[in-house]
Amino acid sequence: MRHSLAAAAFAALLPFAAQADDKPTLTVYTYDSFVSEWGPGPKVEEAFEAVCDCDLDLVAAGDGAALLGRVRLEGARSDADVVLGLDANLVAMARETGLFAPHGQDLPESAVPGGWADDTFVPYDWGYFAFVYDTTRTETPPASFEDLLNAPKDVTIVIQDPRTSTPGLGLLLWVKHVYGDEAPSVWERLEPRIVTVTKGWWEAYSAFLEGEATMALSYTTSPAYHVIAEDDDTKRAAAFEEGHYMQIEVAGKLAGSDVPDLADRFLAFIAKEDFQTIIPTTNWMYPAYPAGDLPEAFGDLVEPADSLIFAPEDTPAVRKAALAEWLDVLSR
Amino acid sequence: MTPRVLLPGLLALAILLALTLGALAVVAARGVEAGAITLPDWRALSFTLRQAFLSAALSVLLAVPLARALARRRFRGRDLLTTLLGAPFLLPVIVAILGVIAVWGRSGWASDALLALGLPRLDIYGMPGVLIAHVFFNLPLAARLILQGFSDLPPERWRVAAQLGAEGWSLFRLVEWPAIRASAPGAFALVFLVCATSFAVALALGGGPRATTLELAIYEAASYEFDLGRAAKLAGLQFAVCALAALLAFAAAAPVAASPGALTLVERWDGRGRGARAMDGAVIALVCLFLGLPMLAVVLRGVGGLDDLGPQVWAATGRSLIVAAVAVAATLALSLALAALIVALQTRGSRTAARLADLAGLLPIAASPFVVGIAFIIVLRPVADPFALALPLTAIVNAAMATPFALRILIPAIRLAHDEHGRLADSLGLRGATRLRVLYWPRVRAPLGFAAGLSGALAIGDLGVIALFSTPNEPTLPLLMHLLAGSRQVEAAHGAALVLIALSFGVFWLFDRLGRGREGA
Repeated sequence: MRHSLAAAAFAALLPFAAQADDKPTLTVYTYDSFVSEWGPGPKVEEAFEAVCDCDLDLVAAGDGAALLGRVRLEGARSDADVVLGLDANLVAMARETGLFAPHGQDLPESAVPGGWADDTFVPYDWGYFAFVYDTTRTETPPASFEDLLNAPKDVTIVIQDPRTSTPGLGLLLWVKHVYGDEAPSVWERLEPRIVTVTKGWWEAYSAFLEGEATMALSYTTSPAYHVIAEDDDTKRAAAFEEGHYMQIEVAGKLAGSDVPDLADRFLAFIAKEDFQTIIPTTNWMYPAYPAGDLPEAFGDLVEPADSLIFAPEDTPAVRKAALAEWLDVLSR
Repeated sequence: MTPRVLLPGLLALAILLALTLGALAVVAARGVEAGAITLPDWRALSFTLRQAFLSAALSVLLAVPLARALARRRFRGRDLLTTLLGAPFLLPVIVAILGVIAVWGRSGWASDALLALGLPRLDIYGMPGVLIAHVFFNLPLAARLILQGFSDLPPERWRVAAQLGAEGWSLFRLVEWPAIRASAPGAFALVFLVCATSFAVALALGGGPRATTLELAIYEAASYEFDLGRAAKLAGLQFAVCALAALLAFAAAAPVAASPGALTLVERWDGRGRGARAMDGAVIALVCLFLGLPMLAVVLRGVGGLDDLGPQVWAATGRSLIVAAVAVAATLALSLALAALIVALQTRGSRTAARLADLAGLLPIAASPFVVGIAFIIVLRPVADPFALALPLTAIVNAAMATPFALRILIPAIRLAHDEHGRLADSLGLRGATRLRVLYWPRVRAPLGFAAGLSGALAIGDLGVIALFSTPNEPTLPLLMHLLAGSRQVEAAHGAALVLIALSFGVFWLFDRLGRGREGA
């Protein structure tokens, strides 16, 4: 008797998969901060569900670079229909997996500087990586990588793991772009300042906000969040003379999707103004397609002297070499 | 030997071999081209060995004065304290990690105290954090083993020593040191083994690539880079390290030390001087603080976080209960079948065969759960969706990992029942179900309940292979806590920690109680 009671209790806890209605579900793997209540997720869900007659299921599956690892692990049987949160640095690797399929949509011209043309991956926003500091704690931030390398010992940073996080990968390629073969020695000099290497962007950024480090690797656009959402102008991005590495965030459809048409419509929706106007004040990045006027606070942001980026087709080789150097220095 | 014992035993043996050596072979077959061991591999190996050695050394060094103090002091709460020393074994790793961060982290209690004194905050990420967490878990385990060593000494020895007036150093040399020498190496080897396969601690407290254990490197190779060749290579290294440590541990240790309950007290006449009393008092107080503060932090913050518990926590709780239920059933099936076979071989068959079967039962200790997980993914993907089977697969991996412990608990009980009453049962012609019910059940019931409770608690708190299997929106409770803590929803994570503690101890208590039946009620 006792055993059957226990069995009944376990059965009651099993999640029932039955759907309340017959609407198709579009499953989108993305990163944590995208789906959080203050991120773009809720608004995007509302806007797309208003036009798609579907359920949009946004699933937090780790930070950007971990998303690619996740879908490779899950392979063709993945539940995901769309992956949103890869960036230009990962596009070539993602394509090589053979898991992504062209969207076949006629998209308008992208507003990403330098343009964007790709039959599989659709850009949804872009920005520049930067170290963000707090003016109440730091009076004169480093004005270049050289400055940072020579700064007093108590100038510390939190960064992200390039294997799991697109900002972490961005910093890896930024250093490689600026220093080339000298990159390993730059990492050796940076290493003592690194308080911790986190798996994702939010973990690092909140560690900085809680005072655990002088600066966190984030974006030139991050201060706009504090101005607009918190009426706080004490967070600034440090402008580096060497230029800033650019990030273009993209979404792509998985070839194994069971709702490919719906996935294509979602990718087309990304390029529309309804989606793009949500981005600046929720994901705190520049829109990748025309989205009307940007909020005023975006006018006060750091404008990089030079915009740096590797060509997408070069990134797999550059990434592999730079990652090996980074791992070598940081695992000592 | 009857087929009734032979067939299930051989089946269990085959399953364990498939899950350990078989899994390693499946993954290795995918990555034969992997080749040489690279610098990062060596670093992971070196860090694994260093942290396991230091964790074991610190745990045992601290455990000796603690065990000594507990052995010769009588005070209110002593029995409770020795019982609580068994608790960390059941405590989910991720809960302990949260507690350690709450006390020792950069914004923890210790840092706040240092800051108030004008000193800088602590930075424990890396080796220090890993060591703190490992000592937190294993100091109690080591102390119980050494306390057991003291308890195993014949009481007469203390009496003789007292009559001879042996005190202080000479008493230590003549009586205590032999007891320590008999128990400490086993404790060291066991702690080394537990720490050599550490995953969650290095994942949460490592703070970067510096503190990468082999187990963590296997997970990273599979889940970040999908590099099965490297995963297989690292798994081979891990297997070698653990097999060696496991041999040492089980050659030297009495692994029943995790059993709960106060150990027997022996009358002692030493250590009554003021200095000895002050030192024992200080040791006990410091250990209570070291072990108690993280627990207190988890409970205090957990109560505050209970309001933040959403439906996701309850869904995750349901998943964890399913994992635990399946894991308990599978552990009992595997270990009962194998234990019966081993005892039958010991008593009627060949001793060599018994020893080989026993050794096979220990294999999971040296295996990496991630390699088992990856092998499942490779084998199942052509025919089924391994991620849809995340919960049962996680439970099976957990069952395999718990089986060596369950075997250590069940084999002696079955053997004892056989040795003491087997002949009588034979002469009475007890066979089949009657023999099981009359001869074995009353004598195996309590150890069975204990083994079930142990495997249930371990499975419910496990943060390991589920990190590989779980589809992102369907975590188990420990994984959800890790995700909440990673996204800095610390309050919610602490609230979930309380639920997890309750579940893990509740499951253990329930099975242990069922096992003891009326006697335990």
